[in-house]
Amino acid sequence: MSKQTLSGPSLAGLAPRAGRQALAKLDPRALVRNPVIFATAVVAALVTVLGLRDLASGAPDAGVALQIALWLWAAVLIANFAEALAEGRGRARADSLRATKTETQVKVLRQADSPHDSATRVSSAALKKGQIVLVQAGDIIPADAEVVAGVASVDESAITGESAPVIRESGGDFSSVTGGTRIVSDWLVLRVVSEPGRSFLDRMIALVEGAERQRTPNEVALNILLAGFTLIFLFVVVTLEPFAVFSGISIPVVFLAALFVTLIPTTIGGLLSAIGIAGMDRLARANVVAKSGRAVEAAGDVDVLLLDKTGTITFGNRMADALIPAAGVAERALAEAALAASRADETPEGKSLVDLARRMLGGDGAPLPVAEAIAFSAQTRLSGVDLADGTKLRKGAVDAVLRHTGATLDRGLAASVDQIARSGGTPLLVSRGDRILGAVHLKDIIKPGVRERFAELRAMGIRTVMITGDNPLTAAAIAAEAGVDDFLAEATPEAKLDLIRKEQDGGRLVAMCGDGSNDAPALAQADVGVAMNSGTPAAKEAANLIDLDSDPTKLIEVVLVGKQLLISRGALTTFSIANDVAKYFAILPALFVAAYPGLAALNLMNLASPQSAILSAVIFNALVILALIPLALRGVAYAPASAAALLRRNLTIYGLGGLVVPFVGIKAIDLAVGALGLM
Amino acid sequence: MGTDLLVFALYGAVTVALAWGLAGYMHRVYAGERVFLSPVLAPVERAFYAAAGTGPDRLQGWTGYALAVLAFNLAGFVLLFAILRLQGLTPWNPEAIAPMAPDLAFNTAISFVTNTNWQAYGGEGELSYFSQMVGLGVQNFVSAATGMAVAVAVIRGFAAQGTGRLGNFWVDLTRTVLYVLLPLAILMALLLVSQGVPQTLAAYARAITLEGAEQVIGQGPAASQIAIKQLGTNGGGFFSVNSAHPLENPTILSNMAQSVSILLIPVAFCFLFGRMVADRRQGLAIFAAMGILFVAGLSVIYAQELAGNPLLASEAGVTGGNMEGKETRFGIALSALWAQATTAASNGSVNAMHDSFMPLSGLVMLVNMQVGEVIFGGVGAGFYGMLLYVVLAVFLAGLMVGRTPEYLGKKIEGREVTLAVIAFLSMPLGILVFGALAATVPQALAAVQDPGPHGLSQILYAYSSATGNNGSAFAGFGADLPFHTTLQGIAMMLGRFAFIVPMLAVAGALSLKTPAPASAGTFPTHTPLFVVLLMITVVILGALTFFPALLLGPIAEHVSMIAGQSF
Repeated sequence: MSKQTLSGPSLAGLAPRAGRQALAKLDPRALVRNPVIFATAVVAALVTVLGLRDLASGAPDAGVALQIALWLWAAVLIANFAEALAEGRGRARADSLRATKTETQVKVLRQADSPHDSATRVSSAALKKGQIVLVQAGDIIPADAEVVAGVASVDESAITGESAPVIRESGGDFSSVTGGTRIVSDWLVLRVVSEPGRSFLDRMIALVEGAERQRTPNEVALNILLAGFTLIFLFVVVTLEPFAVFSGISIPVVFLAALFVTLIPTTIGGLLSAIGIAGMDRLARANVVAKSGRAVEAAGDVDVLLLDKTGTITFGNRMADALIPAAGVAERALAEAALAASRADETPEGKSLVDLARRMLGGDGAPLPVAEAIAFSAQTRLSGVDLADGTKLRKGAVDAVLRHTGATLDRGLAASVDQIARSGGTPLLVSRGDRILGAVHLKDIIKPGVRERFAELRAMGIRTVMITGDNPLTAAAIAAEAGVDDFLAEATPEAKLDLIRKEQDGGRLVAMCGDGSNDAPALAQADVGVAMNSGTPAAKEAANLIDLDSDPTKLIEVVLVGKQLLISRGALTTFSIANDVAKYFAILPALFVAAYPGLAALNLMNLASPQSAILSAVIFNALVILALIPLALRGVAYAPASAAALLRRNLTIYGLGGLVVPFVGIKAIDLAVGALGLM
Repeated sequence: MGTDLLVFALYGAVTVALAWGLAGYMHRVYAGERVFLSPVLAPVERAFYAAAGTGPDRLQGWTGYALAVLAFNLAGFVLLFAILRLQGLTPWNPEAIAPMAPDLAFNTAISFVTNTNWQAYGGEGELSYFSQMVGLGVQNFVSAATGMAVAVAVIRGFAAQGTGRLGNFWVDLTRTVLYVLLPLAILMALLLVSQGVPQTLAAYARAITLEGAEQVIGQGPAASQIAIKQLGTNGGGFFSVNSAHPLENPTILSNMAQSVSILLIPVAFCFLFGRMVADRRQGLAIFAAMGILFVAGLSVIYAQELAGNPLLASEAGVTGGNMEGKETRFGIALSALWAQATTAASNGSVNAMHDSFMPLSGLVMLVNMQVGEVIFGGVGAGFYGMLLYVVLAVFLAGLMVGRTPEYLGKKIEGREVTLAVIAFLSMPLGILVFGALAATVPQALAAVQDPGPHGLSQILYAYSSATGNNGSAFAGFGADLPFHTTLQGIAMMLGRFAFIVPMLAVAGALSLKTPAPASAGTFPTHTPLFVVLLMITVVILGALTFFPALLLGPIAEHVSMIAGQSF
């Protein structure tokens, strides 16, 4: 199976278009959405005017003023560029989705059971919710719909990137089809469930394109804080002039403007929306569609993960794990009988028993001569073979085999069978004629790596709860083996809903995934609900995230993406604010050193001249945004760990780094400015 | 110097030990539990509630609480303003002191209502005993109690289990005065009287000096006033030179007792917080952050004063540290300790003239006030001020652990951040914007005695002191000009109520949230790392905002002094 993800073109490919959009985003109506960058643009305009005035009047520092203006505009454009770049990926993906949304002729039926040749043809654009549509092999499915009749295979690669067709049929959990996918065999009669323009595909296009992007709660809060800082630094800079005048110093307005822009948090302000868009984008690349940005953030906050046992924690089927011979029976004889009895068994359990027996026999020894295979029947609840000599080899549930043979279990075997049942496994018996040869231990096999995954989640402070229809005994055994923190056995939709409510009442955020219609209430109640794309429309409607791959383990990815998004934001904010210390030490001595020569002691970086110091700080301010664009788009490196460890690590890198880096950077730029003779 | 360090250590140990005990007592008082004073005070308390038609079961949300605070303070302001303006008509005025001028009365009334106790007047010359005791004395108690009640309400909001209730302001106010401030003030006043502080309603004493001149010695009901001025971080002295006056602070013991009482309740609030949120480590973390910043500031002041002025040393041969403006009986160590305690704790009383400290000592005092009086700070006020920084620190760094920032299990979201930013704006507004006006407007400039950086320091000190509700002053600043009495009055209100209302609103928002249980994914707020983070937040957000202005004031003065220039 080939699998193409929805990943868009490379960043380098997007850059030219993003560059053009960066200019278009200079529109004040767009800029005003971002207070920090808007303030930067206003100051840049002011400095430009002042620089031109100085140039016209022949004032000495006109060159410096114009260079500062240039770099202030650069900071604005770089911030716009970062946002355009982040949007560009989504837009490219939206374009490819839009290509599948071509207008076609649709065969409309009056009723679900109308003969197929009675269909009338209408344009797909005119299709309304509730109409009945016939699609046949080769047709594009014109709208999101529910199958009301027929069975067919559908190619959903346009949406999911999964090239293997899936079966869709009426009733049950496989009755939903998505507009834009293609039917590859047979026919289906569908009832349209979405209004024109509001289909899943339309919504997805809008989402990945960012058109419907709303700011997430944390982003809103951070924006307020950044606006507050901008206001505070406005106070600081505006009042510096009167204080300087009192002290008998005159500071050029251009320098004050430069101080203001370097102090306000332009780094995080410029990258904030890019971080958010890139976070959604990472999710989209994992083939998960978020119906709101809020859900992505909530995913980072999740305290409890409800995980379905089947498919997430265990493989879908039980597998043979061990053979236990009865007293006096050679293990080899049991294996030979089990192998023969399972020869014709095509079920996964049967195949796993064949594998196990083959492994035990080591490939040598001739197979037993089989005369006739006996298929499993509901009456006998046994399957097996009759050998050429007429011997009956049978396997089946314990009571069925006991009834078939009329024998009793020896004490050792009885204990083993008991032990298997208690450990959450399923015991089978194998018989030859009327003699019981031994037992087979069928068990749920835990997927490799899940135990470690759960340990990671625990380290991050996330509790895992396994949801299963098994009885409590079996559930407990599997839960212990998989390393989940808790389990819900004999789970019903109501029990699931109750569990979610109980956790939420305790102040915890709950995430779950589901696909069936009966999961819908729980999906809606959960803080983060991931619906499988293969699931029913009701489930998809109730969830706030949809996994196009229909992979229940994706829930864990979603949590990690959410956390990474929040960490990226926090790290760059911390970095941005820590940068101010160095900027103070670059610019302030430069402003006042003429009046108080002793303040040269605060010129820690030993910058060449006051003009060079200010210009270097402004250049650093613009370039650091550019340098951090890849980090903003990629997200801060994140390995699961406890909050204390994460805080220690990120505070060191981005806090301490934010203090140190600008000292080095501004000094380097100052040297370059001197070398290039810009002053 | 070894003795000095021993004194500092002893001071710290005594203060912390007493505060620890007091916190336990206050915890029981605010929870309405029985304490050893209950048999005496409970009937009084009940009588108050009966008269006021309220009671401990009438719980208020944040709006109700805030309105009660504002109404009570407005009434207090009107009453005090009236007393000061009607001074000629009120009793206990043996010196027949005239009514206070309107702008000065406005300034003084706001000053005492906001727990600032900025004194643009001289106590002996402009206030009658009645004004001192009934006017200022009452506000000394209730303005302190207001701050403490608000802090308790804010803490309740942080600790609440989604109830939305912060307590009842009238009950908290009554309990604070009856159970905490009055008993402590009585003990303190008795101690001060034993050391020779006057407590009398007699007229000023008149003495004939050796030269034959007549000397008028101010006295009055000082001990009671001084006790509450320290305990309630009011700082308004009975006498104009405050605790440098020999009758206000006669002995080393009275000096140490007053120094301890400045920090006693602010320190106790850290421990009280830990008890109220049922996690003492949280209180200890905040105490550690405040304590380290306090010791850092004290170290700078002490080192600066010990080193003294290099110009005096080189040109006049004066050694032995900077004794200008200090009482020789207290010396450098006790003056430095007091200066650090009184500016850190929003007290404002002085036992030496801050104007005469070394420039970098002045810098530390300015920073103590400019960060918003959160290094222990005013009674109650310092603690809710520090909680503002906690909210900001948690929000800034909390995202870095990959969750919506949380404090004590409660999410810090848009509403809390908005309110915190509003509160946070009041300091730069009051200090920088008002200070810039004072440095520009000609009518205001007349108040500045010295030119250059020291003059700027005087302006900054005055507006930092007012906005930080500290009340101490750099001498040499003519605070009684109408421009300053008015603008400083506004700055004091800003520094008080533009903090109280948003912080109560933050507490109200948090009180509605159910705390999430802590897990390995929870941002840890009790670790040394958090202590460091909180201190860095205070320094970077609080102090760096004022760095450009400070550079032109005390820092410029310091580097000029090194270069041989004085102002």
